[in-house]
Amino acid sequence: MKKLLTSLLFAPLLAFASGAELHLDKAPVSTDPAALQNGAKLFVNYCLNCHGASYMRYNRLQELGLSEQAIKDNLMFTADKVGEPMRIAMQRDEAKAWFGAAPPDLTVISRSRASEFGSGADWLYTYLRSFYRDSERPTGWNNVVFENVGMPHVLYELQGEQIAKVSEKDDGHGGKIKEISLELAKPGKLSKEEYDKASADLVSYLVWMGEPMAEKRKNIGTAVIAFLGLLFVLSYLLKKNYWKDVH
Amino acid sequence: MTTKAQAVIDWVDERFPLTSSIKGHLTEYYAPKNFNFWYFFGSLALLVLVIQIVTGIFLVMHYKPDASLNASGVPVAFASVEYIMRDVPGGWLIRYMHSTGASAFFIVVYLHMFRGLLYGSYRKPRELIWIFGTLIFLALMAEAFMGYLLPWGQMSFWGAQVIVNLFSAIPVIGPDLSVVIRGDFVVSDATLNRFFSFHVIAVPLILIGLVAAHIVALHEVGSNNPDGVEIKKKKGPDGHPLDGIPFHPYYTVKDIVGVVGFLIVFSFIVFFAPEGGGYFLEFNNFIPADPLKTPPHIAPVWYFTPFYSILRAVTYPLLGIDAKFWGVVAMGAAVVIIAFLPWLDRSPVKSIRYKGGLFKAILAIFIVAFFILGYLGVLPPTPGRTLVSQICSVIYFGFFLLMPWYSKMDKCKPEPDRVTG
Repeated sequence: MKKLLTSLLFAPLLAFASGAELHLDKAPVSTDPAALQNGAKLFVNYCLNCHGASYMRYNRLQELGLSEQAIKDNLMFTADKVGEPMRIAMQRDEAKAWFGAAPPDLTVISRSRASEFGSGADWLYTYLRSFYRDSERPTGWNNVVFENVGMPHVLYELQGEQIAKVSEKDDGHGGKIKEISLELAKPGKLSKEEYDKASADLVSYLVWMGEPMAEKRKNIGTAVIAFLGLLFVLSYLLKKNYWKDVH
Repeated sequence: MTTKAQAVIDWVDERFPLTSSIKGHLTEYYAPKNFNFWYFFGSLALLVLVIQIVTGIFLVMHYKPDASLNASGVPVAFASVEYIMRDVPGGWLIRYMHSTGASAFFIVVYLHMFRGLLYGSYRKPRELIWIFGTLIFLALMAEAFMGYLLPWGQMSFWGAQVIVNLFSAIPVIGPDLSVVIRGDFVVSDATLNRFFSFHVIAVPLILIGLVAAHIVALHEVGSNNPDGVEIKKKKGPDGHPLDGIPFHPYYTVKDIVGVVGFLIVFSFIVFFAPEGGGYFLEFNNFIPADPLKTPPHIAPVWYFTPFYSILRAVTYPLLGIDAKFWGVVAMGAAVVIIAFLPWLDRSPVKSIRYKGGLFKAILAIFIVAFFILGYLGVLPPTPGRTLVSQICSVIYFGFFLLMPWYSKMDKCKPEPDRVTG
């Protein structure tokens, strides 16, 4: 009876599923230190000119297996002390004038970009690989995932230049869906596989930076739950012993 | 006990009801022996309250209720939360416990209320316990709503903006009232600071007072049980209820099992899924509040969504007043009506065990409608969804308003004299 009612009441909901679809590729997120170090290198070289990571301190990169000296020598371009956060020199009001919007802080970007279409990592991974040439945009670039984005394709020397092929497809309800497929028109320094790997490393770094304690959290969690499991058994036995005279 | 320790206790007892309180509320408070699974959630609600207060104390040591921008262009309040997450030792754990605790509080309280519905715990002589409980629920909603503004993310800001704007729909005083609540014409630093004050001082004080009143009233009349029969009616020669057992040690040791079981589930979320799939920590709230950028879809946190759906379901203006106002009235009424249950239920029995099929079916429909309202509350509205939420809102109110009739019509079974275990 309850089941029947449930299914009857939920029936109208099934007809609702619609709205703008966003297709995202699954990001191969890695926790491998080499991949994360490469991601950190890409991040400070390509992202950390316009985007800050103002809650992330340089010395925390030591958790990726880098020494303090290596961080100072190879990754710190705009800061003097290794305990400083990853700030940028660009002024926000100037950035706004140049790009239409001030580039967002990237410390927790991987957490904020999650949606029903996929994780924040999926969004970033697809975004980094979806820039295409668009002469109508002031920067000369557009993006499939983030339409009319203010950001130019800063990794174009690595990926090369993609162009968009727009086709129309029947959506099954009498309407048309615009479909954009990308094609590499001019190759960059990296092959497609190498660029995908570089994007994956960068995204892995962004995910790590979003919650550097995530691995530690899971490790502690396992110990906590193991302890609580034992405590549960003991507390259950205690209860059973106390309750044996209750009938 | 050594005579010295006894002497100290005697000294205190002459000046303060220590031993008599321990007896009255623990060692000689007789609770029915047949509590089942549903009876864990009262003590768990108390546990979550303690978790929230203790973690809250530590969060306040590092959190800064300041909406101004820091050198990197990030609001200080938002940055201070990330500071807690990254630079304060153990801060991430404290913060996740607090954010998970908010959702856990509502899960536990909803289940606690459902227990009341199942076994008629609101019926005479427990009407006051139920009224205090409804007030606790209201205070909890205020506490959660104001706490949600503090991280100063996009959802914090726009959620507060939407809800505070609702007050402006009240005729005559509305616009001024919403300005008083915000302390400004838009949600701003003034709003953040007063919500912080309410969240950490005013509402917790009210909450603790109400919880104390809830428990004192409970211990005055004694607990209900899954059979809905009064254990005080059958007493043994020693004057204690035949079906009663002392709360301590029996229910203290039993509640420890419940507490550990709860902590296992709680820890799974805190350590392995602190975002709760975007329901406990909304993804958009990792973006700092931006008064110039309205998110395309503003969804309240899950625990408010059934009531938010009822608010949105009202689309007709009435008596020349905006539909929004009647939506607010409906949402308020949806909470307040819960307090009237003791007088709406006219069934000859308390517990669902002895109620007839009619009540069981209506309760099942009510619960399903409540879930659908909750589900629709997280989605953007469409005409179809609005219609469904209107139907479910009618079911929600129908459950309460028609109860005097259907609870009387229902074919109940006779209650037993004693609890059945």
